[in-house]
Amino acid sequence: METLYADEFYFLGLIVLAPLLGAIINGLLGSRLPRKVVDWVACGAMAFSFVFALISLQGLVNHGANYDGEDGFGPHLTYTVYQWIFSGDLQADIAFLFDPLTAVMVLVITGVGLLIHIYSVGYMADDPDKWRYFTYLNLFVFAMLLLVLGQNMLVTFIGWEGVGLCSYLLIGFWYNDEQKAAAGQKAFIVNRVGDFFFILGMFIIFYTAGTWDYLELHQMATSTATVAQLLPIAFPAGLLIFLGCTGKSAQIPLYVWLPDAMAGPTPVSALIHAATMVTAGIFLLCRLNWLITLSPALMAIIAVTGALTAIVAASIAIVQNDIKRVLAYSTVSQLGFMFMAVGVGAFVAAIFHLMTHAFFKALLFLGAGSVIHGMHHEQDIRKMGGLRKLMPWTHATFAAATLAIAGVPLFAGFYSKDLVLWNSLANTHVLNVQGVIENIRAMLPEDRLQELEVLLTDEVAAAITDAGGEAVEVVTWALALNWGVYLVGLLTAGLTAFYMFRLYFLTFWGENRSDEETRAHIHESPGSMVGPLSVLGVLSVIGGYIGWPHFLARYFPEGLQPYVLGLEHWLADVFLVADQYRLVGRFGESPYLPEAISAGAAIAIAGAGIFLAYVMYIKRPELPGVIHERTTRLYDVLMNKYFVDEAYDFLFVKPTLWLGKASYWFDRYIIAGLLVGGVAFMTQNLGQVLSNLQSGNVQRYATYITVALVLIFIAIYFGVM
Amino acid sequence: MAWVSTLGTYWEPTLAHFLLLSAAVFCIGLVGVMVRRNAIIVFMSIELMLNSVNLTFIAFARYRFEMDGHVFAFFVMAVAAAEAAVALAIVIHVFRHKRGVSVDDLQELKY
Amino acid sequence: MVELTSMFSALAAQPMLAQAASGEGGFPWLTLTTFGPLLGILALMFIPRDQIEALRNTALLTTIGVFLVSLGIMVNFDPGVAAGAGEAFKFQLEHGPLEWIPALGIQYYVGVDGFSLWLVMLTTFLMPIAIWSTYSAVDKYVKEYMISLLFLQVGMIGALVSLDVFLFYIFWEVMLVPMYLIIGIWGGKDRVKAAIKFFLYTMLGSVLMLVAILYVYLQAGADSFLYTDLLAVELSYTEQFFLLAAFFLAFAIKVPLFPFHTWLPLAHVQAPTAGSVILAAVMLKLGTYGLIRYAFPLFPDALVVYAPYIALLAVIGIIYGALLALVQENVKKLVAYSSVSHLGFCVLGLIAMTPAGLAGGMYVMLAHGIATGGLFLCVGMLYERRHSKQIADFGGVSKVMPLFAAFFGIIMFGSAALPGLAGFVGEFLSLLGASQSHFLSFGEYLFYAPNGSETTIPLPERFAEVNPVDSVTWGPEMTAFIFTIGGTLGVFLGAAYLLWMFKRVMFGAIKHDAVREMPRLTVREIGVLLPIVIMIIFMGVYPKFFLSYMDPSMEAYLTYMDEQVTQAVESAEADEERAPIYGEVVVEPLDPEWVPEGSMWDRALDRVDE
Repeated sequence: METLYADEFYFLGLIVLAPLLGAIINGLLGSRLPRKVVDWVACGAMAFSFVFALISLQGLVNHGANYDGEDGFGPHLTYTVYQWIFSGDLQADIAFLFDPLTAVMVLVITGVGLLIHIYSVGYMADDPDKWRYFTYLNLFVFAMLLLVLGQNMLVTFIGWEGVGLCSYLLIGFWYNDEQKAAAGQKAFIVNRVGDFFFILGMFIIFYTAGTWDYLELHQMATSTATVAQLLPIAFPAGLLIFLGCTGKSAQIPLYVWLPDAMAGPTPVSALIHAATMVTAGIFLLCRLNWLITLSPALMAIIAVTGALTAIVAASIAIVQNDIKRVLAYSTVSQLGFMFMAVGVGAFVAAIFHLMTHAFFKALLFLGAGSVIHGMHHEQDIRKMGGLRKLMPWTHATFAAATLAIAGVPLFAGFYSKDLVLWNSLANTHVLNVQGVIENIRAMLPEDRLQELEVLLTDEVAAAITDAGGEAVEVVTWALALNWGVYLVGLLTAGLTAFYMFRLYFLTFWGENRSDEETRAHIHESPGSMVGPLSVLGVLSVIGGYIGWPHFLARYFPEGLQPYVLGLEHWLADVFLVADQYRLVGRFGESPYLPEAISAGAAIAIAGAGIFLAYVMYIKRPELPGVIHERTTRLYDVLMNKYFVDEAYDFLFVKPTLWLGKASYWFDRYIIAGLLVGGVAFMTQNLGQVLSNLQSGNVQRYATYITVALVLIFIAIYFGVM
Repeated sequence: MAWVSTLGTYWEPTLAHFLLLSAAVFCIGLVGVMVRRNAIIVFMSIELMLNSVNLTFIAFARYRFEMDGHVFAFFVMAVAAAEAAVALAIVIHVFRHKRGVSVDDLQELKY
Repeated sequence: MVELTSMFSALAAQPMLAQAASGEGGFPWLTLTTFGPLLGILALMFIPRDQIEALRNTALLTTIGVFLVSLGIMVNFDPGVAAGAGEAFKFQLEHGPLEWIPALGIQYYVGVDGFSLWLVMLTTFLMPIAIWSTYSAVDKYVKEYMISLLFLQVGMIGALVSLDVFLFYIFWEVMLVPMYLIIGIWGGKDRVKAAIKFFLYTMLGSVLMLVAILYVYLQAGADSFLYTDLLAVELSYTEQFFLLAAFFLAFAIKVPLFPFHTWLPLAHVQAPTAGSVILAAVMLKLGTYGLIRYAFPLFPDALVVYAPYIALLAVIGIIYGALLALVQENVKKLVAYSSVSHLGFCVLGLIAMTPAGLAGGMYVMLAHGIATGGLFLCVGMLYERRHSKQIADFGGVSKVMPLFAAFFGIIMFGSAALPGLAGFVGEFLSLLGASQSHFLSFGEYLFYAPNGSETTIPLPERFAEVNPVDSVTWGPEMTAFIFTIGGTLGVFLGAAYLLWMFKRVMFGAIKHDAVREMPRLTVREIGVLLPIVIMIIFMGVYPKFFLSYMDPSMEAYLTYMDEQVTQAVESAEADEERAPIYGEVVVEPLDPEWVPEGSMWDRALDRVDE
């Protein structure tokens, strides 16, 4: 295919346009259209979008083939739709940027989105408001595509809030249920807390850089001449944006909305709250990798937050009994993994895990949906069991996904999780800005100190690399950080394997524990639901084969080499700066042995988790009860999710309302009452005093006039006036 | 300016005398308006004041050899006559209404 | 959209219209728009009071006609006309000056620029909607009601377009009377109290303003109330200080800014729907419009000192209004307090004196006008069905009125600043402008310090040695950023109170049987809400259309303010009597490359030429 103009690649517009059109058609006419047409419009829009994404991908590959590195950003396609806002020096275009990173995201969104749309046709078959559902769903895809395709932060932000809106609408889809409406509202408002930080971060960036365009920002952050301007804001702006990401991607401290978000229809949970929307934060940080890597402290904060979230959510997931809640906490935990990867600078690993997670977590949710659908809206796993035989397709795909998430070799999750863990141990951040500056200051002669402003990031990094292993530990606590994060990650991996297999065994093995009537009606789901499950099942297995561990990759034949490390090569240009100049491996050039040991440890702990689950829920089903007896307190804490919701209610919601009430009191009694009322009161009383003068007695009036005249006369006579 | 008469030279009133007289009458009227309770008397006092003004007009007119003052005096007399008619009608009406003509009883103006 | 503009421009190319638009002796679009409603009033006078339908239709047709005429203003307005050097404003489509009261130099002179154009359009756009919404709401004294509304329109448009300050003042007062009647006669239970409070509050400010106007007039000595003449008056700092106080009070009450807002909730809750719509959508905007048109440019020296405090009041208003809205039990009161919050964004953006802030402030005015007007209409429709404004009396309305839920939802999100809808653009630009501002530096004055008294507040070391890699210092930027944080908090709270209200009213199970019997929207009600919804979406998706008309005016304005403020700071520093104004207070340094972007218009014209 001939490469279109790389800067006016209008297929990017079409990718976004298709779901928007779908949403408009269904939104305006959906209630009058036949249900079949609604299905076709929604799924057709997604299909078109997917096809356009594939075309764009081909275009990107073609463009990459003769890419000459003119602007240092790596191969990319752009398309400017129209100018949205301008005022003074702010020129905000609705413009799209398609680079390898975006390509991965767009393919995941449209591909998994298409599958979930097809699945929804079956899942929502009986719902009278199906057209509304598909409108929201298409609108969501539209917003999500805006988010990942945006060429500047403003477009990203539009998408960012747009997905929040759709999430709100879809969580509260069955709005007659007060609780579901409340869950939607909670999701939106918690997200808005994140957006609050995001906006402030954007303002700081604009104040300093004067632009939100990723291409320009990238140039600033990587050019030796201008990076010094961005250095001081890298930490505050990066931190604020990261806080924004914690809202959207459900990390500590803002993860509380995601478990509640399970109130929405299950396919929504799969699409929005597992595969796409919640990964927006990871995407954004990867997009801004050249900015956040400027601040090692920020990276450390991200890594620690991610690790903490991973383990906290995993520990909560162990005791949950609602099938969707287990998956929700599992999602939070896996997102924590991704943030961990971002924090240690393993951006490829983060995106890799994002992708495989999208496959297997979407599959898990869809499988759960299939189970719920089959069991007539029963979500409690204590009432399931033995579904292996009743729902064979669902079981097979669910098993594949469980194996994948548990990190069993040859399944997708293993590869990405292993990469994250290995990188968290091996990566070291070398761009300690303050340290580097001190170093240069010491090195430079007096008369060249002004060159400090020209911070040559690549030169510095190269110098440090050249110095060998010693120079790597610029930050003293880097080693402790890496080991801490790695061990927490490993532990989380074990917990993940355990709770996922607990879920799997309780749902599909053993005896069926539901009541007679339900059992009689348990059935396999229709083809429109099983089809997507199968596709995702295949992806959950082979999705990881584009990122083999290095120590294994070298055994593949020469011709396959580019493919077994495919993702790494594909994304190499995107993370060029971070990977080559700001992060180095702790273990040297080709650390195959440590890598193999790390992988072995991951496999071992996953195996341990699975084994433990097998013992507790298949071999000796009485064991959980015994453990429960012994650890009631701990169980309660976990069951109540560490009381975070209650704490937030007590710390933030209540005080805000109280403050509102206090302000209202202040408004009524102090401002309106005391101040305004006081003035009115004084005026009134003064008026009453003076009104006595007006007696109605004409003679008194005449007297006043006379007295006044006399006074005036006297005044004039004595020259007062 | 001197006046010559068959009766010989005698005391000649100046403008100041007229004005003093007028002021005196005006003050009598004014005090009457302010202190008397009977509406009729008040009305008569007002007439006194009006006539004192008339006197002033005429005096000035005479001393300046101009007719304007006369004109105004006639105006005032006409107005006074009209006023007398209206005022007396009001007084009668008030009398019918209140069985008395004391001005203290009439305080509706404050509303 | 481009098609539409080219259509307009094709219209403009018509010989008659072109001749009409060509300056002197041109077609008096503004005069016609301003006094058009009077024709309607005349017609209404001849219609017997019992023919209610005829009265309503006449009023509606009048306002639609006025709207159509006002389209002529938009078509003939050429955003490409730049102001000359040293001019703050470049007015177009002027009519006059005509002698009105020659003895005092009061003239009839009207004109629009980029600031007032959209506010005029907003007024004419909302009037028919407001009147159409009264068809079911008001059935007593319909004749008087319609006359009041039309008269109100005359006052509002007149105040927006007049270029003679005295004329402005007269229109400003003319607005009060019909609004007073609308609240006091057709309002709710407490209407009389609300009307009096509204009237007295506004009157207090405007009387002070009148005194200030007269003072400036006397100082000018030019025997002219023309705005441009008053703008040229040289006033000392001390004079400006008190004059700005008077002007600011008048406009701050109208806006309303934080401590002067208590008339607003009462007036809104008691006013009939159409009254609330007009009050919120247009009359409040006259306060902010007055600030940028009169208060700021007339007294730049004093403004430097006032600015941070005005911004502080705005930020307090944003958060305070939002907190109050959060705890309201009455829907209408909630919306009223949300106005306090939203107008805070507007003032914050305007006082920032940056291109983005100014554009944002202007855009908030328009967006708030449309969105809050829409919210009041929605509340009115709920009230007509349920005869209650208490949130607790609703719940589950979505199930009963699905279309209404969609409309209400879009309007609500438009108000809650969701990107892609109207509210976002304005609030975002305002906050962006505030975050970039160099204007909001707390000087050494807390209050007017006569003749160089010592500084009262110790300030942090602002200009510490700047590290080569550490460009963020504790200066005006930081003050501005703290204001921005406060404002952004308001965006978050805005979502909180609106969504919470929406959930309690629209979602959940139906708790009251009366709710179950609420009828669906009628065709008329759809017709009332639809234009608003369309505008909310359009304003969010294509803000450039509106911004392109404002841009040249904003550039001229900021250039002017920059000159004035620079002079003020310099003269203050030269004057030893006064303590120096601290720090580098500047209007956002303008990009010398800034080409005003009315270019969309030019492009459309080019296309026509081709």
